Amino acid sequence: MTVHTTSPQFKQNAARALHDPQLQKALNNVKQGFIDKRQAAADKLPEFEALRDSARDIKNHTLEHLDLYLEAYEEKVKASGGHVHFARNADEAREIILNICRDAGAKTVTKGKSMISEEIGINHYLEANGIRPVETDLGEYIIQLRNELPSHIIAPAVHLNATQVEQDFRRVHTHLDAKRDLSEPVQLLTEARAVLRERFLAADVGITGANFLVAETGTSIIVTNEGNGDLTQILPKTHIVLASIEKLVPTLEDASQLLRVLARSATGQEMSVYTTFSTGPRRSGDADGPENYHVVMIDNGRSSMLGTSFEEMLRCIRCGACMNHCPVYHAVGGHAYGWVYPGPMGAVLTPSLIGVDKAGHLPNASTFCGRCESVCPVRIPLPKLMRHWREREFERHLTPASVRSGLRLWGFFAKRPALYRFATRAAMATLGFAGRQRGRFSWLPLAKGWTKHRDFPAPEGETFQARWQRERNRRAA
Amino acid sequence: MSALPSSRRGKPRVGLFVTCLVDLMRPSVGFAAVKLLEDAGCIVEAPVQTCCGQPAYNSGDRGTTRDLAMRMIETFQGFDYVVAPSGSCAGMIRKHYPELFEEDPNWRAKANALADKTFELTSFLVDVLGVTQVDATYHGAVTYHDSCSGLRELGVKPQPRMLLSSVRGLTLVEMNDSDVCCGFGGTFAVKYSDISASIVEAKARNVEATHAPTLLAGDLGCLMNMAGKLSRDGKPVKVRHVAEVLANMTHEPAIGLAKDAALKQNQS
Ligand code: SF4
Repeated sequence: MTVHTTSPQFKQNAARALHDPQLQKALNNVKQGFIDKRQAAADKLPEFEALRDSARDIKNHTLEHLDLYLEAYEEKVKASGGHVHFARNADEAREIILNICRDAGAKTVTKGKSMISEEIGINHYLEANGIRPVETDLGEYIIQLRNELPSHIIAPAVHLNATQVEQDFRRVHTHLDAKRDLSEPVQLLTEARAVLRERFLAADVGITGANFLVAETGTSIIVTNEGNGDLTQILPKTHIVLASIEKLVPTLEDASQLLRVLARSATGQEMSVYTTFSTGPRRSGDADGPENYHVVMIDNGRSSMLGTSFEEMLRCIRCGACMNHCPVYHAVGGHAYGWVYPGPMGAVLTPSLIGVDKAGHLPNASTFCGRCESVCPVRIPLPKLMRHWREREFERHLTPASVRSGLRLWGFFAKRPALYRFATRAAMATLGFAGRQRGRFSWLPLAKGWTKHRDFPAPEGETFQARWQRERNRRAA
Repeated sequence: MSALPSSRRGKPRVGLFVTCLVDLMRPSVGFAAVKLLEDAGCIVEAPVQTCCGQPAYNSGDRGTTRDLAMRMIETFQGFDYVVAPSGSCAGMIRKHYPELFEEDPNWRAKANALADKTFELTSFLVDVLGVTQVDATYHGAVTYHDSCSGLRELGVKPQPRMLLSSVRGLTLVEMNDSDVCCGFGGTFAVKYSDISASIVEAKARNVEATHAPTLLAGDLGCLMNMAGKLSRDGKPVKVRHVAEVLANMTHEPAIGLAKDAALKQNQS
């Protein structure tokens, strides 16, 4: 694993995020922007819920027969003149990519937005080997300038505001007039466009991700709103598609069903602005396209999820809806999660990919409110899978000792009703008595986490079961 | 299993699963539930009980969860229905017990049977018994928070609103994002208290923005979280379980208020 992770410091990351007023303001945009738009798009399409079912089924079917579809896909790519490379892990993937770039004599590589490329840390690797990678998605370009990870899987720079971007542009685009006006977002956009245009033309290799790979035709599909993906894959001589193995779908028809839920779930658009299909290198007679077409299929931990309860996570189409609807993500943002994938999908996927010993906080930092599952276009039961991680942690004794001993003590009483009634009766009488003046506590031992931020309401004093028994006895007498 | 009297005159026999929090913290909610159920024609019993196991379940301790779940299954097997004044605890039984015993041939059928007859209080009254109104009076505006498990696991949303609309003197003012989590999440509120605090802060803002003097919900955990936040911030919002209002049993001070404080508030 080469991408540095701060997932073990989730709590500290979260605390910092909560005290960052600029970030908190930016996160408000997530809360307000995406949710209503998704709802409106879903409401406009009567078959939306049925489409979610079929999206789930398509993915399940593909995962069940993944080996067959991988083979079929590989053959189709070869038949169209392309190459398929299989990489078991990040190291192999980076090696393969570097070799393709070297063969192409590449000095500059343009890149479309791709989460798997973040996962394998390809940018730093290419740089270290003398090749300059340039992100061409505006958000990715910005975070590349800042040397950050994306904080959201579809809106990588959602944690930033325009002033911060302006500062970065002034810092990096030193060839431009220092006195230029960048006060409007559109001016930032125009500047990024102009800078990127030169890069597009200079690039020797273009790297894109893939939203879907179609086994039936050997096609890779990307969706973008900026059109940068098209320029990335059409202009350079060599096009490399990076995709994790679960991006496969059997047919074009399947892909179009998934496309119908993808943009609606992500941004509330019916379709993204650009949906680009590419199949193999340029054929004679084609107006444009690359001369060399490579697909790097990356496993990096996926196949070990197959056949386990985490297989369901491999249905994910990276729409971002789960984080857009997550109260924890709204509170702390994406960087707090400490690795490539944030929010509920990250809370399930990250432990699978970097180990639950490192990412153990992530599946625990959830209220299980279930809003993520209620919007996931492929109906991944995210809370259930987070719970499965908690079970693994418990089995492996990774659960903090204080939690374990608390659970043990509580379980001891809860399994012994007579003792439980006796003990709770005494405890509630004491607490009720102590709290009778104010009706609440502002500080309680053992509940400091609670009382740090809110009062603890005092119990009425007598337990329900005690009073019930008393009243029944009286009634019977 | 003790011999329980069978249903008399066709009245459904309901086992009240009072839930740990109501049992320990706010028994009056349990008695409000008993009144609502009896008014609706049920025979109500509250067998000796402890906990459904949810805290263990959500902490990853499946062994303890199963032990407690088996106890629950045995405790409540003789009843026609099991009703809880909590969407979260009812959801645990309805949605998660079947999952817990999915691969256990000895317990699967029993777990499913309990799941099928277990309901959250307001949804039992409305969806099962067909209750459309209650005999209660409550003066003033209230706002209602939809607790997550009840809402998303059991579809509890119209039922409490329908019953509240029959309460004399009461107007319901909807808050923004009533269906967004309050940040409680059981042990989450203690383990990740800073994050939880930020979530409940947003909730408190939405509550305040309605200017309703009373906040209601159907789950005591969420209620204690929101009440604790509002009182810490000095906001004079009265917080109650929806059953208290529906049963016309609001004599106990609101959650987090002392008896004399409640008196003062009621006078003002
Ligand atoms: S888990 Fe579901 S909601 Fe989240 S990104 Fe993946 S597909 Fe979208």
